[in-house]
Amino acid sequence: MTDAALPVSTPGPDDRSWYKRNRLAIAPWLFLAPAMLFFVVYVIAPIFQSIWISFFEWDGLGDAVWVGMRNYAELIDDDRFYTSLWNNVLWLVLYMLAVPAGLFVALFLNQTVTGMRIYKSLFFFPFVISQVVVGLIFTWFYNPNFGVVGEIWTFFGATPPSILGDERFVTYGIIFAGLWPQIAYCMILYLTGLNNVNPEQIEAGRLDGAKGWNMLWHVVLPQLRPATFIAIVVTVIGALRSFDMIAIMTQGGPYGSSNVLAYYMFETALSEYGFRMGYGSAIATVLFLIMLVYISYFLYRMYLDEKDAR
Amino acid sequence: MFPAPIEKTSPAFQWAYKVFLPISLFIWLLPLLAILATSIRPAEDINSGNVFGIPSEFNLIENYTAVFTQSEALQYFQNSIFITVPTVIIAVSLACLAGYALAVYRFKAALPLFFIFVAGNFVPFQILMVPVRDLSVRTGLYDTVTGLVLFHAAFQAGFCTLFMRNFIKALPYELIESARIEGVGEFRIFWHLVLPLVRPAIAALAVLIFTFVWNDFFWATVLTQGESSKPITAGVRALNGQFVNRWHLVSAASLMAAIPPVLMFFLAQKHFIAGLTLGATKG
Repeated sequence: MTDAALPVSTPGPDDRSWYKRNRLAIAPWLFLAPAMLFFVVYVIAPIFQSIWISFFEWDGLGDAVWVGMRNYAELIDDDRFYTSLWNNVLWLVLYMLAVPAGLFVALFLNQTVTGMRIYKSLFFFPFVISQVVVGLIFTWFYNPNFGVVGEIWTFFGATPPSILGDERFVTYGIIFAGLWPQIAYCMILYLTGLNNVNPEQIEAGRLDGAKGWNMLWHVVLPQLRPATFIAIVVTVIGALRSFDMIAIMTQGGPYGSSNVLAYYMFETALSEYGFRMGYGSAIATVLFLIMLVYISYFLYRMYLDEKDAR
Repeated sequence: MFPAPIEKTSPAFQWAYKVFLPISLFIWLLPLLAILATSIRPAEDINSGNVFGIPSEFNLIENYTAVFTQSEALQYFQNSIFITVPTVIIAVSLACLAGYALAVYRFKAALPLFFIFVAGNFVPFQILMVPVRDLSVRTGLYDTVTGLVLFHAAFQAGFCTLFMRNFIKALPYELIESARIEGVGEFRIFWHLVLPLVRPAIAALAVLIFTFVWNDFFWATVLTQGESSKPITAGVRALNGQFVNRWHLVSAASLMAAIPPVLMFFLAQKHFIAGLTLGATKG
């Protein structure tokens, strides 16, 4: 393949302007400049600034004081940090249920009964609405006095539990609420995936006597791999980004038991508990490093695809 | 097709499926239906414990008007629109330009730059929070609609560039090459040849970014303070504090906050889904 970056060669001395001669080398940078400017100022530079700030003690207004690794040393003895970290692990593990659950719903809905399109859209509904609204709906749902959970428990003559007020249940309650929109997201990924499954392979599988579970595992799932990959990626990111639900439903309570790193960071840096920008940045850096594992894996997969595409 | 088409199964199974389908949808949307029912109840129902049964009165208009007359909801709505629409325009425009550069030109930095846009799109918000807030305060953009627009546009440009670059990469390259041989300038190729071809991608990104930004809560909390720039998501939370135990009003406000993204989804479902699947699985 000829290198397109070389200017089209003309015989004899080239008397065109400098831009005309080099335009294929310059043009991409002109096209890229605006997006790069925005992205560097608001995304790339702040990452490094945050890491830098994590070595300081700073209230956001006065002078920052260099403390070296002290913020990180403090993290090691911080029980609230460990609670948040543990809850993040819970989120990551339990949120993953959205992937098989989404597949299950997609298989259930992958039919051509009349009105199916509307059913699919309505099943997708929870993903479109804001997590703030989802959080409010479930806060009310869980309310032991006048929520739906309260009604059901009272109906069976039991004392309703206060799901969001009990340290043992609170995180599970929020994750359950979070699963609702996430299952819808995974479902739509799988529905589009199922649309593209090769019908001939399914028929071939049927002739070989594959049915139900065997067919799903050996014939369908391998073809759904791109959908599964994206479903896992978006679910991991969703789990590590969980902030809205916690802010709305419990604000990390009771006693910090439902905190996650994302919310704990916000709380330390920007709330009535004080403006500890340095300590908050240290928490953010830890969260960033966890995410970096997934980002690297994702980029590696993309890199392999790009290499194949050449 | 998998699972086997329902038409090929026994009549009893078909019947069971058709009965179970609406029931499952009802259970799936139960939280939403419950809040919908609550939003049209009178306050007395909630105080007397009738929150699950049939409303004693249908106060649809009263409750929804009350949200607007007794709170700043109208202002929040307006702010949300002034934040979301410009963000969509800026982010998509930036991405068209950048995606074109990364897809069409073969230069060494193309792939690393592309990966930076992709990676930036996945970082946790918290790693950006302190510097972005500090930058906004220093430039006077804190607590303004413009401040939110600039940040959202920059952040969403990452995702949009990822999407746009892959979309343009899938276009036939010969088109661009032959235009070049005929001496068409680089910007004219972009404007007259490529832009008309990427219209579906623009539509997909527009509906998706609209929904993402409309539903944003974190940055609304970090970058705003007063009523003048708060979008509806942060507004609903403020209302939740204001309307303590007046669940019928909180429900009505929440549902209204959800309407614009829901409308977007229904109006442009195909584009929406194409965007969500990152264009990886063609719908």
